[in-house]
Amino acid sequence: MLTKRIIPCLDIKDGRTVKGTNFVDLRDAGDPVELGALYAKQGADELVFLDITATVEKRKTLRELVNRIAHHVNIPFTVGGGISSVEDVSALLQNGADKISVNTAAFKNPQLINDLAKEFGSQCVVLAIDTKKEEDGEWYVYLNGGRTKTDKKCVDWAKEAVDLGAGEILLTSMNHDGTKQGFALDITRTLATQLPVPVIASGGGGTMEHFTDVFENAYADAALAASIFHFKEIAIPDLKSYLKGKNINVRI
Amino acid sequence: MKLTIVKYNAGNIQSVLYALERIGVEAVVTDDHAQIKEADKVIFPGVGEASSAMKYLKERGLDEVLQNLTQPVLGICLGMQLMCSYSEENDTPCLDIFDERVTKFKPSAAQEKIPQIGWNNIYDLKTELFNGVKENSYCYFVHGYHAALGPHTMATTNYIQPYSSALHKGNFYGVQFHPEKSAEVGEQILRNFCLGIK
Repeated sequence: MLTKRIIPCLDIKDGRTVKGTNFVDLRDAGDPVELGALYAKQGADELVFLDITATVEKRKTLRELVNRIAHHVNIPFTVGGGISSVEDVSALLQNGADKISVNTAAFKNPQLINDLAKEFGSQCVVLAIDTKKEEDGEWYVYLNGGRTKTDKKCVDWAKEAVDLGAGEILLTSMNHDGTKQGFALDITRTLATQLPVPVIASGGGGTMEHFTDVFENAYADAALAASIFHFKEIAIPDLKSYLKGKNINVRI
Repeated sequence: MKLTIVKYNAGNIQSVLYALERIGVEAVVTDDHAQIKEADKVIFPGVGEASSAMKYLKERGLDEVLQNLTQPVLGICLGMQLMCSYSEENDTPCLDIFDERVTKFKPSAAQEKIPQIGWNNIYDLKTELFNGVKENSYCYFVHGYHAALGPHTMATTNYIQPYSSALHKGNFYGVQFHPEKSAEVGEQILRNFCLGIK
């Protein structure tokens, strides 16, 4: 039986892992390669590396880091941050990334998703969406690491992106990210039940119960978290044993 | 021991190369007929689309080279599917090494996503490729098409329905999952192929 996936996320800034709260206040959380290999050994199912300083000059550095990760990590990993062209993706995949994630660039130029899916296959195109629930009760898409609001509803954008060829959705709730108060169950459930592709829930995971909730009540295919793993608040083997005890199918 | 990885227009070659490096095995990546034929073992990897991959192989005469190999050959993911008789993916006749046919997953419930992405277990394990691998071990899968169960099935996985997650016929082996991304279990399978199988 296909298992639910636990995915530690490593935000990368200047080659180091960092973690902030609600997209700000960054703290150092270690070497990405060492940390990635450690998580793989502990039973993480996949890894996500997001380069939050991605600028044109830094791209070469990211490629080198990706290459180092690919040498040392024996599970699949996704790389995101500042990806805006077929050439960017080609270079990352050639350096050993299994999937890439696109966000702002894909929103501004949806054709990019189509081009990437055609060139490399949908299986390696993850669409990352940063979303926030507004006072009107609707979830809207935000860009540029959560700094820019759009008028597009999250569900509409996710559906469009899947039609264009996105193979997975990485959904981050800005209302929940960094709060450790639990995942955004309503929007995760909406996407997971309405889309034909897997949905990775992100933002808010603080306790082991939160993971049970997002798998059982929101039907997420995978759950992503960062600080609780980086700061050793929850160990991956403990989390997986706990989930197994709750009859959630995980790889142990 | 000389191990050759077949170079063609389907990705993940780098990942296979790095995984082999982690278990201490050197490999050459090439599409040169002579180097493939002379190798002690051949890995035929692949992530991509069946018809364009077959077209590429045919244009370069690699289809016949692969069909006539007599040393151990391991197809991975698309590589394994291309070793089957036929793929429903763009109606593609394949290398016909394994009799099994490849068809698209047909989801029967909203929770069944296509492609299958993630870790699933492998069972009814046969052949020395799985020496030291426990029944129901987890491997990493990414695929929208699957090979039916048949006479050459050497491992089974269940997603929507039971299907062949590995095939074997004579010197040819194929796995649907990605051993190069399947943590310690995958490393054991690669070690078995590279260092065990004669």
